[in-house]
Amino acid sequence: MDTTTINRYAHIKGWGVDADPHNEPTYPMKNYTGDDHKRLGYKKPVAQHGKVEILKSNERPSISAVYGTSVPPSGVSGKIRRYAFKYGEGSFGHWLPLLLADRVNVWEGIISDIRKGRIPNILGELGIKSEWKYNKKGLAKKVVVAAVITTAVILLLSRKKKSLKTA
Amino acid sequence: MLAMNYRGPYRVRVDHKPYPEILHPDDAIVRVVRSCICGSDLHLYHGMVPDTRVGMTFGHEFVGIVEEIGESVQNLKVGDRVIVPFNVSCGKCVFCKQGLYGNCHESNPEATAVGGIFGYSHTAGGYDGGQAEYVRVPYADIGPTIIPDGMDLDDAVLLTDVVPTGYQAAEMGGIKTGDTVVIFGAGPIGIMAAKCSWLFGAGRVIVIDHLEYRLDFVKKYAQCEAYNFRSLGDPVLFLKKTTGWFGADVCIDAVGCEAAGSAMQTITGRKLMLQSGAATALHWAINSVKKGGIVSVVGVYGPTGNLIPIGNFVNKGLTLRANQASVKRLLPRLIEHVMEGRLNPKEIITHRFPLEEISDAYHIFSAKLDNCIKPVLIPSVA
Repeated sequence: MDTTTINRYAHIKGWGVDADPHNEPTYPMKNYTGDDHKRLGYKKPVAQHGKVEILKSNERPSISAVYGTSVPPSGVSGKIRRYAFKYGEGSFGHWLPLLLADRVNVWEGIISDIRKGRIPNILGELGIKSEWKYNKKGLAKKVVVAAVITTAVILLLSRKKKSLKTA
Repeated sequence: MLAMNYRGPYRVRVDHKPYPEILHPDDAIVRVVRSCICGSDLHLYHGMVPDTRVGMTFGHEFVGIVEEIGESVQNLKVGDRVIVPFNVSCGKCVFCKQGLYGNCHESNPEATAVGGIFGYSHTAGGYDGGQAEYVRVPYADIGPTIIPDGMDLDDAVLLTDVVPTGYQAAEMGGIKTGDTVVIFGAGPIGIMAAKCSWLFGAGRVIVIDHLEYRLDFVKKYAQCEAYNFRSLGDPVLFLKKTTGWFGADVCIDAVGCEAAGSAMQTITGRKLMLQSGAATALHWAINSVKKGGIVSVVGVYGPTGNLIPIGNFVNKGLTLRANQASVKRLLPRLIEHVMEGRLNPKEIITHRFPLEEISDAYHIFSAKLDNCIKPVLIPSVA
């Protein structure tokens, strides 16, 4: 241990007397250098210059040197995502809006497909072909359950309509 | 180029997407020759990972051939065949310099808790992944490692994640000679953790799962004991009994957030999403390990929180060790193990699909159809 560090804690009686550099619980996963204490003072890699919007965690001062540009935030889901990034990573205010944005994004995806003149083949995307090939019984069960639920909902709604009319 | 395109939970397809660009002087473009679907891709596929955007390409397990390099890249040249670790790591930050390549601080602007991972949502950096014909690989001088002559591509692709993660699970267990190691999960990672536990001198290796075909496989492949928790009643009690009423020396959670086995965990974690998935395996691991034992976690969990018996954890004086595998650190040793025949990763591959059949590949793997253990995608440009 260097003398500067020892002097810094000289006012604390007994500080570091039991320190054992070999007791590194993260060994061998980590080759401990002590540089953790320099925090962000390391030499940074060259920064990527991007053209797309990147949302940044509020738990870091700046964006990382490189980043992915897969799908920039856009539309309603993008607005929700921007809102989510006002909150820290330990907060439900961050993660729950992101999950909501993901669900909204699914509908945006369908609308975007249709706008481009493409009707999404949802059954194909779900892998229905393989379900038919390897799990015919399971598929039949799912179809029956879906049919029963749909019929029940339709009946319930039509009853409500009738009762509203008679009232 | 053709690439996987995520459209929402349980919905994926292959579309034409633009050829990736060099966006940084340290980038390379790699032509993918093998790409796997990982068990953790299923968490994305099931819509459980926040900030998984429609239009993204998944895939963090891939090998390929270098097609283009950025102006600063020195260690690779066009035409090199490379293993690309699943983590994006800069090699310069404090964490990378200490060998924690899975915890790079310069590869993910969107979260500090996790480093960049290829094709693993914007929470892990927003990188398009390798379930495509071509992929952008940042920090190309750091991660990509040349595939040795004579190594099968099917072995190589499993060195990007499965083998290092299984190996590190065992390594984090701090296994001492003769230790009893219990592994929860007989998926590819659990299988590999079982196999690797022997390399560290385990005296007994036990795998717990509920899929018979996987238990049969791991029993033969990893020469270990394997039990179906559905027939055990209380798996914790079984493990206490079979370890002389002490508990295992080391327990490994190789399942993560989509565990079966507890109705309460399944309902609150997977159905209602009130916690970051079902922590059943971690629960069992904590309760099955001996006092003063080590619990090693490589199963993937979400970022919010989970119900685990922290009181037992304290009272038993346990050590919890967990991380994303540091692939780059482990590769030299693991390549040696494969080349020497101590590990035969490709034997776990059960299915091969052309990239174009990705919807069925995901569904078969997700629904555990046709005794699927590990699917590999082969793009037509391979």
